[in-house]
Amino acid sequence: MMASHFDIALCLLIFSVAAAALLGRQTFMAIVFFITYGLLLALAWLRLDAVDVALAEAAIGAGVTGILLLIARARLKAMDPRDAPLPHPAVRTIAALAAVSISAALGLRIWSLPPSEGLQKAVRARLSEAGTDNPVTAVLLNFRGWDTLLETLVLLAALLGAWTLSRDKDWPGRAGRAHHTLPDGVLAEFGRFLPPVALTIGVYLVWVGGHQPGGAFQGGTVLASAWIVTVMTGLLPAPRVDDASLRTALLAGPIAFVLLATAGLFADRFLYYPPEQAKALLLGLEAALAVAIATTLALLVFGAPQSREET
Amino acid sequence: MNLEIWIPYALCGSALIGLGLYGLLVNARLLRRILAFNVIGSGIFLLFGAMARRSGAPYADPVPQAMIITGIVVAIAATALALGLIVAHARAGGGEGLPGDDAMAEVQDDEGLDGMSDGVSDDVSDERPEAQESQR
Repeated sequence: MMASHFDIALCLLIFSVAAAALLGRQTFMAIVFFITYGLLLALAWLRLDAVDVALAEAAIGAGVTGILLLIARARLKAMDPRDAPLPHPAVRTIAALAAVSISAALGLRIWSLPPSEGLQKAVRARLSEAGTDNPVTAVLLNFRGWDTLLETLVLLAALLGAWTLSRDKDWPGRAGRAHHTLPDGVLAEFGRFLPPVALTIGVYLVWVGGHQPGGAFQGGTVLASAWIVTVMTGLLPAPRVDDASLRTALLAGPIAFVLLATAGLFADRFLYYPPEQAKALLLGLEAALAVAIATTLALLVFGAPQSREET
Repeated sequence: MNLEIWIPYALCGSALIGLGLYGLLVNARLLRRILAFNVIGSGIFLLFGAMARRSGAPYADPVPQAMIITGIVVAIAATALALGLIVAHARAGGGEGLPGDDAMAEVQDDEGLDGMSDGVSDDVSDERPEAQESQR
């Protein structure tokens, strides 16, 4: 397929929006540009036929990262910290030279790459044994299961790290801080309207990942957004971090994955799923992972417990 | 135009890596460095994903797609932890930059026109107690 004018315009736009996000002076505007950048990247992934990546980029890269940045900025601004200075012009020149040479080296190198067949054929050939018709899900949960197993543990580790930043007197409490909204305001209305839609789309994405673009990560993120919206609009309190069912939801996915992978040892090897049972196993695994991902992402957004009534 | 479709995206990915690196080096504000870190990451993903389209097959290679999705999830885990650390650093009195950066140059006020976002922070969360606390 040949590049159209649209592709070139989109690439220029992506670069300009990224530049605005990094070089603009106001942090709030920079974050808004960054979210726009994530959505434009999702469009670029669609043009490259990578629909699964487009969904992940829109939901995680633009959505959850954006809300994390906005919350962090609001907390930093409230503390009114000193402004950090801009570095010396000489430092900026050296940085610009380094950046341009790295980009130029990469950009020149892509013209001289040897042709590659990629791994489509290898994946296609074994897809019937993988337990799913979506090749990306097959790679994620089966062929490269190690990646995904460790990735779920990384998410959990990040949450544990974020929780360790809580102060002793705040632990254990409800995650994050209290949220207040006007009961009849736009945000509260939004909070009542959006979650049912997001829940439906999230569950659909997890289910459809078995044969079409979608999956535990994309669907789990949409489920997380439903929960985040209800908490941020004050309709539900944030969960307590020592709540037993919360911790079960956090751990069920990774534990199920480790158990399933270990059970493969008895059949053949670590992370082996017998082709006859693979479909049911992967579907169950996707569901457990989606719950764990949704819970972990939502709690990462809520943040460590912070006391509500400070003087 | 007879450019293969992956070429503009691969070039865009290369340019984003450099742009992110520049942002990482010149922004003293830690939050802006997190933005730059994410731009580098997504530039690498775009370069990787674009080059995976070189074979000209009718559908995209699933292996790079899966690896990029994994990368996106790991990036958000790192971003969330880093933002938590930055807020904790500021809460502990460290401000929004690192100590060594103070020696560099004149202080710039870049939040002067930032009033339009106040509605958001007030709606989203109650920030006032922490502001008072940091002045104790």
